[in-house]
Amino acid sequence: MVTSKNYRELGLNAKEYRKIIDILKREPTPTELAMFSVQWSEHCGYIHSRKMLKLLPKTGKYQTLIGEDSGGIIVDDLAIIFKMESHNHPSQVEPRQGAATGVGGIIRDIFTAGARPIALLDSLRFGPLSDPYNRFLLNGVVDGIQFYGNCVGIPTVGGEIYFNDSYSGNCLVNVMCIGVAKKDKLSRARAFGAGNYIMYAGSSTGRDGIGGCSILASQDFKECEEKRPTVQIGDPFTEKCLIEATLEALSTGYILGIKDMGAAGLTCATSEMASAGNSGIEVELQSVPRREENMAPWEVMMSESQERMLLCIKKGKENYIKNIFLKWGLTAAVLGRVTTDNMVKIKDKGKVVVEVQADALTNTPMYSVSFKKPDYLSKINKLNINKIIQPKDFNQILLKLLGSPSIASKEWAYQQYDHMVQTNSVVLPGSDAAVLRLKGTAKAVAATTDCNSLYCYLNPYRGAQIAVAEAARNLVCSGAEPAAVTDCLNFGNPKKEDRFWQFKNCVEGIASACRFFHIPVVSGNVSFYNESPKGAIFPTPAIGMIGIVDDVSKICTQYFKREGEIIVLLGNAKEEIGGSEYLKEIHGLIKGDAPDLELHLEKAVQRTAGEAIRKGLISSAHDCSEGGLAVALAECCISNKDKFVGAIIDNLNFKIRTDALLFGESQSRIILSCHENYVEKLRIIAGKNKAPFRIIGATGGTELRILNKDKEIIGLGLEKLSQKWRESLERYIVTQNSEKISKDAPEKGCNYA
Amino acid sequence: MKFGVIVFPGSNCEQDCFYAIRDILKQPAEYIWHKNTKVDAYDCLVLPGGFSYGDYLRTGAVARFSPVMKSVTRFAHRGGLVIGICNGFQILLEAGLLPGAMLRNKNLHFICKHVHIKLENNATPFTNLGKRDQILKIPIAHNEGNYYIDTKGLKNLTENKQIVFRYCSEQGEVGDRFNPNGAIGNVAGIINKQGNVLGMMPHPERSAEKLLGSDHGSLIFKSTLKWLKGK
Repeated sequence: MVTSKNYRELGLNAKEYRKIIDILKREPTPTELAMFSVQWSEHCGYIHSRKMLKLLPKTGKYQTLIGEDSGGIIVDDLAIIFKMESHNHPSQVEPRQGAATGVGGIIRDIFTAGARPIALLDSLRFGPLSDPYNRFLLNGVVDGIQFYGNCVGIPTVGGEIYFNDSYSGNCLVNVMCIGVAKKDKLSRARAFGAGNYIMYAGSSTGRDGIGGCSILASQDFKECEEKRPTVQIGDPFTEKCLIEATLEALSTGYILGIKDMGAAGLTCATSEMASAGNSGIEVELQSVPRREENMAPWEVMMSESQERMLLCIKKGKENYIKNIFLKWGLTAAVLGRVTTDNMVKIKDKGKVVVEVQADALTNTPMYSVSFKKPDYLSKINKLNINKIIQPKDFNQILLKLLGSPSIASKEWAYQQYDHMVQTNSVVLPGSDAAVLRLKGTAKAVAATTDCNSLYCYLNPYRGAQIAVAEAARNLVCSGAEPAAVTDCLNFGNPKKEDRFWQFKNCVEGIASACRFFHIPVVSGNVSFYNESPKGAIFPTPAIGMIGIVDDVSKICTQYFKREGEIIVLLGNAKEEIGGSEYLKEIHGLIKGDAPDLELHLEKAVQRTAGEAIRKGLISSAHDCSEGGLAVALAECCISNKDKFVGAIIDNLNFKIRTDALLFGESQSRIILSCHENYVEKLRIIAGKNKAPFRIIGATGGTELRILNKDKEIIGLGLEKLSQKWRESLERYIVTQNSEKISKDAPEKGCNYA
Repeated sequence: MKFGVIVFPGSNCEQDCFYAIRDILKQPAEYIWHKNTKVDAYDCLVLPGGFSYGDYLRTGAVARFSPVMKSVTRFAHRGGLVIGICNGFQILLEAGLLPGAMLRNKNLHFICKHVHIKLENNATPFTNLGKRDQILKIPIAHNEGNYYIDTKGLKNLTENKQIVFRYCSEQGEVGDRFNPNGAIGNVAGIINKQGNVLGMMPHPERSAEKLLGSDHGSLIFKSTLKWLKGK
């Protein structure tokens, strides 16, 4: 029960409570207090992060749109709207519903902007699969994504899944949705025009999810079992009907404003729509369609029941709009009107239970947070490579890396997702980036998500820069030009100085890299308090990036196409193994510094690959990332299930240790293959852009062979490589035989501070 | 030739079918809302894929009671062409317009991927442009595609040449290894005895243009058009 005395339980502090009294000039009612607590929570109000987020650039090549709940860019007469959002804590508590409602929530942010959702991507992080609970989480999350995404008919076209110890006890589920609208048909989340109607549409309201954003998402994560009731329950069928009904209703032009009732439900929708429209809103709570008896006013205002919308309707058109929702089997009811006094006035059976300036709720406190470089860094950044003993058999190392869960093919997951519905998927999951054609145009949009949290742990600033650089590189490899970013910033408790230092450095890293590449950050989400009793997660600033392909016939995929082609490496190999999967999986160490990143070099490599793909010179393009050159080459050989193409790599000649050569994760590298007739043209393009260019071998045969100074260091059949890479993830999950798992599983308890 | 694409609440492939017919086949197409009962003006009805009514009860079990289904049944009994794809196929089974039933996939997971199917009957309105034993590359995307029918029923289907498509390897070998969902007899698509109602789990509308990795599915739309024109 909420009373004016228990503000602390709602997550407010004494200072904030006094401020509320100052604003109201009286004690808040229970409902008002509940509303302030959710609006001023980290989740809705970004109270600790907002100052830092101002660093992120907002302009790029394309005109940007920064909306209330999502953002996007204008491409010709289309608006591409997209956003990524986290649903970490609900998923840790109840993985299936947590992930499902994460998908549902982000979809609503997109179609309430007036855009038809065309794609979903998921950026997921779990603890090691040797722990049965982590297997349960992975299974549940994938099941939740397929359950919701498949039913609503939006293809899940990409994403990533990574594993390390820091996520045991706090998994990450970040979902990105992309939508498309005619640029003059976008809608806003605001209420205006005195006398216009405020309408509720969608599902009915229950007690589910009360306090989800203020409690579950905005505090340390302990005793999660008790919080199970605050996880919302998703109904994708209702969501599908809501998408169609909303888009149909929006096309009438009678909807002046619309907002999803997601986090903080009706509270957030009423206050933010009024505030954005510079108006007031007056509603009667008894008109809210309900599915539970005897709900108190504060419960109705706080409910996070899913699949609900709040609309501002042109006066006189309310029945017309209502009938559209009824046609789709949904509930719709007029709750009240727009007023001119800028107040949010909530009545229950005619009695006023809330009367607050809308701006008072939405002008949330903004805190400057103190920060301090974490102690672990000085210890962990020291890596004496001479103490790392090189393995004798590099074939075994390559196989082990290909079979490690973070690197292994994610086919087991994406085959459960409908990734083809809507018939736009021209590059399917399993390549560097997904590509979706834009029907009715020659263009396509490419999308990817990226973040290596080991790098961010070792060096938050550079790790975040690398996340941006690699996302861009992925898009370039698919034939797209990087265009805009959404970020989902997952960190620990911001009130702890070392955690906030990580956050600050990561945001600065993203800002600097985006500025350098001239890529705007148009939307995003901050998720703090990702901690388990063992400590914070590794900093994970997930980058969702979209790119534009001008000519959909000039796209590219990562796998070798045919025998007898030339393999070119753009970029260099340095003797750096810090933060690599090799060091983690083979030597059980998370140490050293993140790989070096030279932004000019990165740009040169990307420009070269992009230009060559657009000129039609290139048969395949794949970036080198986790697992280094050897893993990237193996993926080039085997990732097309229908046709494996072998390769002989005999011209590497880098004067570095063999393990660093094969498995080091030097940045700014792309492996290209092309017909021999195009090699000179490619060399010229690389020269012009000042990108390091090296012919390293040729395609052909049924093996991947890598030679160093005429000595074979890798020689493996493609079937064997494929089997290891393709089947490992499923084997970890399906097999209950713990012995079998522990034999191949990564060493438990990697040595990090 | 006018195609009608039926829209149930929860259908999600209706726009894809519409696009395949109007923009690729270049034929007029219209959506038919499930409460609309007028279907006589169409030459062919398409029941698209999706999750009609959420498929919360049993796939297709609720949709078959939609008002439009009485009209679809009448239309089919008069010899009109009906194509049910994925959820549409499941609805046709529930409505009794095709024999058999759908179980959950053998691996209990939703499966989305390209598969190969063998065209075993090219003497139908929907496959007349194909060759017998032609192999089509075409995607599936379903949770319940594990077709089941009793032994006698399977015998009847076989004898009457009602099995139109079976799952196979890229080279055309039919066998359990190439069966993605456990369907009896590797059945991927069947036709009714009269030969005017087709149900298939793979999605021809998702493989109607080379850009999407295969245009083999267009054979079904083109054959249907040819048959209608020659009628």
